[in-house]
Amino acid sequence: MRTTAKSVSLAMAASVVALAAAQAQDKSLTIVSWGGAYTESQDKAYHQPFAEQTGTKILQEDKSAQALAGIRSQVEAGNVTWDVVDMLQADAKRACDEGLIMEIPADEWLAPGPNGEPASEDFIEGTLGDCFVPQILYATMFAYDTEAFPDGGPQTIADIWDTEKFPGTRALQNIPQKNLEWALIADGVSPDEVYDVLATQEGQDRAFEKLGEIRDNVIWWSEGAQPPQMLADGEATIATAYNGRIFNAQVNEDQPFEIMWDGQMFEVDGWVVPVDTGNEELIKEYLKFATDTQRLADQAKYISYAPARKSSVPLIGKHAELGIDMMPHMPTADGNFDNAVQFNTDFWADYGDSLEERFNAWLAQ
Amino acid sequence: MSDSSAAGHGQSSSPTGSDETPGSLTTADGTPLKVSLRRAESRARRKAFFLVLPLLAFLLITFAIPIGQMISRSVRNPEVADYLPKTAAAIQAWDGQEVPPEAVFAAMADDMKVGLENRTLGRAAARINREIPGARSTVLGTARDLDEMSPPYKEAFIAEDEDWENLEFWSLIKRETRTITPVYYLLAFDYEYSPQGEIVERPESYQVYRMLFLRTAWMSLLITSLCILLGYPIAHLLATLPLKSSNLLMILVLLPFWTSLLVRTSAWIVLLQQQGVLNDTLVWLGVIDDNNRIRMIYNQIGTIIAMTHILLPFMILPLYSVMKTIPPSYMRAARSLGATQLRAFVTVYMPLTIPGLAAGVLLVFILAIGYYITPALVGGDTGIFISNLIAQNMTGSTAQLRLAAALATILLLAVLVLYWAFNKLVGVDRLKFG
Repeated sequence: MRTTAKSVSLAMAASVVALAAAQAQDKSLTIVSWGGAYTESQDKAYHQPFAEQTGTKILQEDKSAQALAGIRSQVEAGNVTWDVVDMLQADAKRACDEGLIMEIPADEWLAPGPNGEPASEDFIEGTLGDCFVPQILYATMFAYDTEAFPDGGPQTIADIWDTEKFPGTRALQNIPQKNLEWALIADGVSPDEVYDVLATQEGQDRAFEKLGEIRDNVIWWSEGAQPPQMLADGEATIATAYNGRIFNAQVNEDQPFEIMWDGQMFEVDGWVVPVDTGNEELIKEYLKFATDTQRLADQAKYISYAPARKSSVPLIGKHAELGIDMMPHMPTADGNFDNAVQFNTDFWADYGDSLEERFNAWLAQ
Repeated sequence: MSDSSAAGHGQSSSPTGSDETPGSLTTADGTPLKVSLRRAESRARRKAFFLVLPLLAFLLITFAIPIGQMISRSVRNPEVADYLPKTAAAIQAWDGQEVPPEAVFAAMADDMKVGLENRTLGRAAARINREIPGARSTVLGTARDLDEMSPPYKEAFIAEDEDWENLEFWSLIKRETRTITPVYYLLAFDYEYSPQGEIVERPESYQVYRMLFLRTAWMSLLITSLCILLGYPIAHLLATLPLKSSNLLMILVLLPFWTSLLVRTSAWIVLLQQQGVLNDTLVWLGVIDDNNRIRMIYNQIGTIIAMTHILLPFMILPLYSVMKTIPPSYMRAARSLGATQLRAFVTVYMPLTIPGLAAGVLLVFILAIGYYITPALVGGDTGIFISNLIAQNMTGSTAQLRLAAALATILLLAVLVLYWAFNKLVGVDRLKFG
C-alpha cells in the first residue's frame, strides 16, 4: 500500500514538472482561427514563414466560431491561453468595448506601406478598429450546384425565394445575420434601406415572415465547411457560403458549383489580442510580420479573400499550386462587386441580442 | 462506505456502556472491553474515511463546487451595480414618474469617465442593450463625446441622444441595480419584466423554452417507450435461448454499446439522409419518386430513431439480468394450474421483471432528457432538446451564460424530482441495474 502511494505521488510530481517545463518553453504562440482551407492559407502565408524566421512554435486552435464567448470566459476566469485570435469585426467591436481585448495602436504596431505611408492609411477605410487589425475582406453569398439547374441557376436574391422555378433545398446558416437582410431584399426592400427597415418592429416581422416562406425548403448549417459539403452530397441545391470555401471546392475539388454574386454581403475579418496574455512582445512581432503588404498578398495565393491593405491588391497574382489568376475570384473584383451590400456591424452590435433570441425561438418552433 | 455506516451504528449504541459496573469485561491490559472496542472501531472508521477521502475530494472539486457555482451564477446580476456604481446609488431616490434629475445624469457622467478608462462601460452597456436594443449605442456614443460636454449633463445628454429621456431606460437601470435577480429564471419560462416592472409573458415570437422543456419530456417518454417495446422481447430471447445462441445475440447487443456514440450517430446520417442508403433503395425500388425523397433526418424523426438505437442497451441489459434469474418452472407451474400463456405471462412473469424494467426506464429516461450530441447532429431545427439551447446560450457572440446556468439548474431539479417520484412509486432499492 505504502509503495503504491509513493509511486503514485512520484508519478504525479513528475507530470507536474513535465507540465511546468512545457510551459516554460516561452517562444510559442497560440493562434485561434476558423479551420479548414482558411487556416491552411494563414498557415502557409503567415505562420510557416514566421516560425522559420523566429523559431517560434505556433499552436493552432479552430475555435473562432466561439471566439467572443471563449475570450470572455478566459478573461473572466483570469486564465488567458489564446494569444492571437481571428475574429469578425462586429465581435471585435463588442470585445473592445467590454475591455476583453487589447487596444492596438496601428501606426505603432504595424508595418508601414511600401511607400512609407503609415499603416492606418494603407488599410481600406473603415476596416481598422481600436483593437482590431483586418486581414481580409470576404463575402457571404449564395452558390448553387450547376448540375441541379441545367437551364441556368438563380441570378438574383428574389430567384432564391422562387422555389417553383428553382426547386430544391436551400442551405442557410443558423444565425439571423444576413438571412434577415436577404429576406428583406427578396421582399423588395432596396439594399440601402435594409438596415433602417430591420431596425423597426414591422421590418423585423416582415423579414421573419419572408424567411418563413422558404422555411420548409431549408436545412441549416453552422460551420463554414458544411455548405460546400451539402452541395456536393446533393443535400442542398443552393447554399449560402463564404466565397473562399466555394472557390476551394471549385478549383481544388472540381465541383460544378457557381457563385451568384448578386446581393453578396461583405465584411472584414482580422486579428485581435486578448488582454493579459503575458506574451505581448512576441505577439507584436507576429502581428507586424503577418499583416504587412507582402504577407497579406501572399494569403491571396491560397484562398480567394481580398487583402485588407490597398497596397497588397496590385501584388495579387496566381494561385500558388494551380496557377490560375486569383483576381476574378475576389469579392471585390469588377462585376462581382456591383450589387454588393456592406454588412453593418454597428446595427448588429445593437440589435444582435434581441434578433438572435427571436431567431432561435423561431427556429425551434 | 458501508463500513463507516456500520461504525456509526456502533457509536450510537455506546452511551449505555459508559458506566463501569464491577465485574464488567476487561481486555488483557485491564481496559474495559467496551472502551477498547470503541477505540478499534474509531480507528477502522478513520481508516475508511481516509480511503474514501480522494473520492470525496474529487467529487467535491469536480462536481459539487461547479454545480454550486452554476446555481449562484444563474441569479447574479452585477453589471450595473459594479460598473455604474454612482448612478446606482443616485437613482435609488428616483420615483420613476419623470426624467431623473441632474444628480443622476451627473453620476452617470462620472461613471462613464471611469468606465471608459477601465473599459468596463461596454459590459454595463451590453447588459442594458439586452433588454432595450439600441441602448448600447446610446450609452457608448454619449460616453465617447463626453469630453466635449459640460454640466448640466441632463440637457447635454438629451441633446446628444433623445433616448436619454426614455423612462423605460431609467426604470431598467433602477431595476438592474439589484445584484441578485430572478430574471434568468423568468426568461427560462418565457416570462420577463414589463417596462413597468411587472412580470409578464414574453411576446409569442420570443417564446421557446417552455415548449422545448415539454418537447424534451415527451420525446424522451416516447424514446423510453420505444426502448421498452423493442428491448423487452430481445431481453426475453437473450434470457431464454440456449447459451450458445444467446451469447452470439449478446455480442450483437454489446457491440453497438461499445461503439462510439459519434460513429453510431453518423451512421444514421448516412442511412437516413435524403441522398442516403434508405432513400436510394426506395427510389430504386420505385416506391418513391426521385424528386420526392423522404426527409427522415434533421427533424424529430431523426432524433427519435437515433436516440432509441443508442439508448436501447440501457434497457436490454437490466431487463436481461432480471429475466435470467426467473426460473422457467414458474411459468410451467402457472400453465399447469390452468392459466393461458398470456395470463401466465401477465400475472407471473411480468411482475417479476418489474425491477429490471424500472431500472431500464429510469436509466433511459434520465439519460434522454439530458441528451445533447445526438439531437445536435440529427435533430435539425425541430428535433433539438433543451440541452441544445443551453449549449447555444453558452457559445456564440451573444452568449447568455447566466440564462444557460438557469436552464441547466431547472433541468437538474427536474431530474432530481423525477428520481424522487420514481423512488416513491417503485422504490429505488428494488431496482436491479444489471
